[in-house]
Amino acid sequence: MATTHSRFAARFMISPAVILLLGWMIIPLSMTIYFSFLNYNLLSPGMEEFIGFTNYEFFLTDPAFFAALGNTILLVVGVLLITIVGGIALALLLDQPMWGQGIVRILVIAPFFVMPTVSALVWKNMFMNPVNGLFAHAAKAIGLQPFDFFAHAPLSSIIIIVAWQWLPFATLILLTALQSLDQEQLEAAKMDGARKVSRFVHIILPHMSRAITVVILIQTIFLLSIFAEILVTTNGGPGYASTNITYLVYAQSLLQFDVGGGSAGGIVAVILANIVAIFLMRMIGKNLEA
Amino acid sequence: MSNSNIDQRKIVFTIVAWSVGILIFFPILWTFLTSFKTEAEAIASPPVFLGFDWTMENYGEVQERSNYFRHFWNSIVISVGSTLLGLLIAIPAAWAMAFVPAKRTKDVLMWMLSTKMLPPVGVLIPIYLIFRDTGLLDTRTGLVLVLTMINLPIIIWMLYTYFKEIPGEILEAARMDGATLFAEIVHVLTPMAVPGIASTLLLNIILAWNEAFWTLNLSAADAAPLTAFIASYSSPEGLFYAKLSAASTMAIAPILIMGWFSQKQLVRGLTFGAVK
Repeated sequence: MATTHSRFAARFMISPAVILLLGWMIIPLSMTIYFSFLNYNLLSPGMEEFIGFTNYEFFLTDPAFFAALGNTILLVVGVLLITIVGGIALALLLDQPMWGQGIVRILVIAPFFVMPTVSALVWKNMFMNPVNGLFAHAAKAIGLQPFDFFAHAPLSSIIIIVAWQWLPFATLILLTALQSLDQEQLEAAKMDGARKVSRFVHIILPHMSRAITVVILIQTIFLLSIFAEILVTTNGGPGYASTNITYLVYAQSLLQFDVGGGSAGGIVAVILANIVAIFLMRMIGKNLEA
Repeated sequence: MSNSNIDQRKIVFTIVAWSVGILIFFPILWTFLTSFKTEAEAIASPPVFLGFDWTMENYGEVQERSNYFRHFWNSIVISVGSTLLGLLIAIPAAWAMAFVPAKRTKDVLMWMLSTKMLPPVGVLIPIYLIFRDTGLLDTRTGLVLVLTMINLPIIIWMLYTYFKEIPGEILEAARMDGATLFAEIVHVLTPMAVPGIASTLLLNIILAWNEAFWTLNLSAADAAPLTAFIASYSSPEGLFYAKLSAASTMAIAPILIMGWFSQKQLVRGLTFGAVK
């Protein structure tokens, strides 16, 4: 039984973490909220004035915001589609009997450990470059015109790179879930004459559904904040073609020094992320009870 | 099913899986190979795979031009430093929550998790301004502090799920046998907690090593870790594929090896214990 004494000790042990996280969350966030109501530019210090919701008005009616919102959604949904479908296929494949399964697994999960700036630059230059990239060499070899990925399909190119980074994560989690599947149940279904497709739809997929949900929610949190891959490949361009909300806020605040506008954008990003987060918290909270 | 039939299936799956695995791994392999080419060979058409004159000169040149090891060292200090600091704060907290759960422990845990969902751009400007005014901008100390806060929720959660698995009865038994609190911690709890702490350490170093939002925004020449240093190759002069490859190979090799050892922990850590 926990005594009053140990309760007190426990509270004492938890408090540094709680106080630090509370400070980390509340202090900067309230500063951002405060800034978002100011006309505040780093280039003209001392000229700050309260302007109410004007920053929000400008940010939310700026065509750049709609472009960025659309790109953010495309980026998240595109990467999720590729990694979930690819991840299920890879998990099913890796679960089959084969020689050297451990090594294949190691090869498949490797991209997850590559830092974002490296994977983005390697893909951009050594694969997607229209003159010297491997894809250009391959296209020329079969008599096709090389495709200029970042000029003609900047967002799709970034989606490919990010999907390559996250495919291992989805695969690994779905494979873990798959391997906890009761083999006897599958055997029984086989005995009853259930076909492969129906076994997949009625037994395997429902069993993985929880893991799939987890993958979707966690990846969404990370994908909403994609930044480095955009910075080193396109700088958000051409125009706003590959700018997401994270990059737009960065550009507004640290490139144009518009602290007020950038802060309003930051708060909008927080609200959008919260909508996603509510679902994630519910999901993980349920698991905590189980 | 006959034996040969099973073998045949196994052969087919082996071939398909290996091909897919090599395809996914290929960009890393290609980077590794290119790092040993000359710049001219790196862009040769048609590309050469293995039949080139292997050279180490890119590695020397990357170091010479930009003092590569300074950035490498920055990465080590920042990732290891933020992880150790995080563990120092998280171990007591996770410990208390796992062994002396109170009514609101669950709420506290969920709240900690929610801080992880705060998008970094939401606090970018204040942090940047605070750092600028306190002289923390472009310092390793500053990055250690930020990365500690970023990963603290994950560390606490991971440790909590590990500590939770240590059976409480063992503690009771030790207490029955007359063990003091100190003896209990040193001889009973610590040995059981070490594997969990080690996995948490490993995963967190990986996450901190690859973190690329705060490191890019808060560092310049001095404190830049490898994530930020490699980004300087986005506006290169002249031919640079071989040098980029050499710099990249050195940046990802240590973490790739650590990552391969932490496969299982990765699933658990990044899903906050929801998938084990």
